[in-house]
Amino acid sequence: MTEKAAMQALARLVPPGSRVLDLGCGNGAMLDYLQRERGCTGYGVEIADANVLACVQRGVQVLQLNLDEGLAMFDDNSFDVVLQIDTLQHLRNAETMLRETARVGRTGIVAFPNFAHWPNRLSVLRGRMPVTRRLPYQWYDTPNIRVGTYKDFEVLATKNSLRILDAFGLQDGHEVRWLPNARAGTAVFHFDHV
Amino acid sequence: MGAYTPLLMSFIATPQTLHFPEVLPLQSGASIRDYHLAYETYGTLNADRSNAVLVCHALNASHHVAGVYAGQPKSEGWWDNMIGPGKPVDTDRFFVIGVNNLGSCFGSTGPMHTHPDTGEVYGADFPVVTVEDWVNAQARLLDRLGVRQLAAVLGGSLGGMQALSWTLQYPDRMRHAVVVASAPNLTAENIAFNEVARRAIVTDPDFHGGHFYRHGVIPKRGLRIARMIGHITYLSDDVMNEKFGRTLRAPAVAAALGQGGIDVADTPSSDLREYLYSTQDVEFQIESYLRYQGDKFSEYFDANTYLLITRALDYFDPARHHGGNLTRALANAAARFLLVSFTTDWRFSPRRSREIVKALLDNRRSVSYAEIDAPHGHDAFLLDDARYMSVMRSYFNSIAKELQP
Repeated sequence: MTEKAAMQALARLVPPGSRVLDLGCGNGAMLDYLQRERGCTGYGVEIADANVLACVQRGVQVLQLNLDEGLAMFDDNSFDVVLQIDTLQHLRNAETMLRETARVGRTGIVAFPNFAHWPNRLSVLRGRMPVTRRLPYQWYDTPNIRVGTYKDFEVLATKNSLRILDAFGLQDGHEVRWLPNARAGTAVFHFDHV
Repeated sequence: MGAYTPLLMSFIATPQTLHFPEVLPLQSGASIRDYHLAYETYGTLNADRSNAVLVCHALNASHHVAGVYAGQPKSEGWWDNMIGPGKPVDTDRFFVIGVNNLGSCFGSTGPMHTHPDTGEVYGADFPVVTVEDWVNAQARLLDRLGVRQLAAVLGGSLGGMQALSWTLQYPDRMRHAVVVASAPNLTAENIAFNEVARRAIVTDPDFHGGHFYRHGVIPKRGLRIARMIGHITYLSDDVMNEKFGRTLRAPAVAAALGQGGIDVADTPSSDLREYLYSTQDVEFQIESYLRYQGDKFSEYFDANTYLLITRALDYFDPARHHGGNLTRALANAAARFLLVSFTTDWRFSPRRSREIVKALLDNRRSVSYAEIDAPHGHDAFLLDDARYMSVMRSYFNSIAKELQP
């Protein structure tokens, strides 16, 4: 989900001037955009060498850390917004990291592939795991080790006492607010902790 | 082309020296005056004097950071792969300064020089110098060179400690700190290694309490052992096994030295040759390597310098006067930071770099951190690793972009 429209839709959730921590920041495009267009500051966290280099090249501050080792480096409420864009599905400690995201940030924004999107359901009905543009991997080589749906995340958020400020789906860069669990390839949750 | 001519000729470097007659107060309360600092510069200081980069050296290096000396083949500076025209720290854009620290043995005033008060060689009377003292001396050198503010201070290991200290001692005189394979202080294990090395030197009968110059001898045995210990800690277990493993020293060499009395003619490879069954001869390749490194080192390095520099490492601890709180210690830092560590470096492990990163985050400072998955241990900071070199190049590119054209 690196499409510009989707990035902009997510960026709209980040108040101008925010101090942002972007977990799994990839090549730093999102932070770069937030810095240039919304006057934000912050850091990305990445593990992949190529992405760390891409961040340094574009002038995005990046910390090469393994998210599976947690966020002990970051203090409580030390960021206005903590982003997890297409990161959750790669994490072994997904629930812990969700709690950590809420601890470190005053608010959190999580976006991940929604496995209940109707083409995915159709595929499973046909007896096969989905392989789509959004989920281009075969079941045996996918890095998406946490396979969840929009509705699943609602349950997990409630279990961890997160207050959902806003939630919607994203499809082709457009917000989907009617039946997002079936109609959107990406689930987006904006939350804080109570 | 001569056999020694490198394909890519490095540039010619010229060492220089400046004399400082004035007194430099030291952290210990002592002081030093009438001292010299050896240094080299590469590239050109730009019109608004904003493109200077100071490179700080570690234990056994010097002001000869890059380039070669005219007419001296194989005289490349210790960080020649990092610094030079078109290199990650590009001397076509930066004015790079390398300086030999006080107490060292490569040209700046050290224990082998004459004490101006007594007219005698300093020897053991050379004052104990700290990282902070070196930084103060470096700042005075910059005054003389007409550099008010550095674009960056760069250093690895003990050099990284100096870069870190710069951000605390002269926050307004620098814009970037690049701290590679370093730490906010030494661990007990690290101090322990230093102490073993120091004891090896001090207990050498040729040491004479540090005044061996008067006796016309050099405590080479101590220096050799100190270097052997150091060398073990600069490598990773994996690299040492890969490089040497359990390989036995080549039988031809053993035979040439008249050792063992084995029939080398029938031995197909050194791995299969018979053990020498000797407790004192060199049996394994790693022993041979360490002895060679130790011998080489003892030929050029000064024993008192080794004691001084390892002590400077031990003493460095900016958090000490802040109740051990590194976050409070770094509150003064204003520079933007790049930190780099190497996963297999157990002497200055990534964990130690992350402590610095955390303290900077707590202070909301600008910082990027690369943790390079390199196999070479602490030595990795001097070697070519594409990921490491690319990150350094990109970071210095971004510094160069801030400069006036």
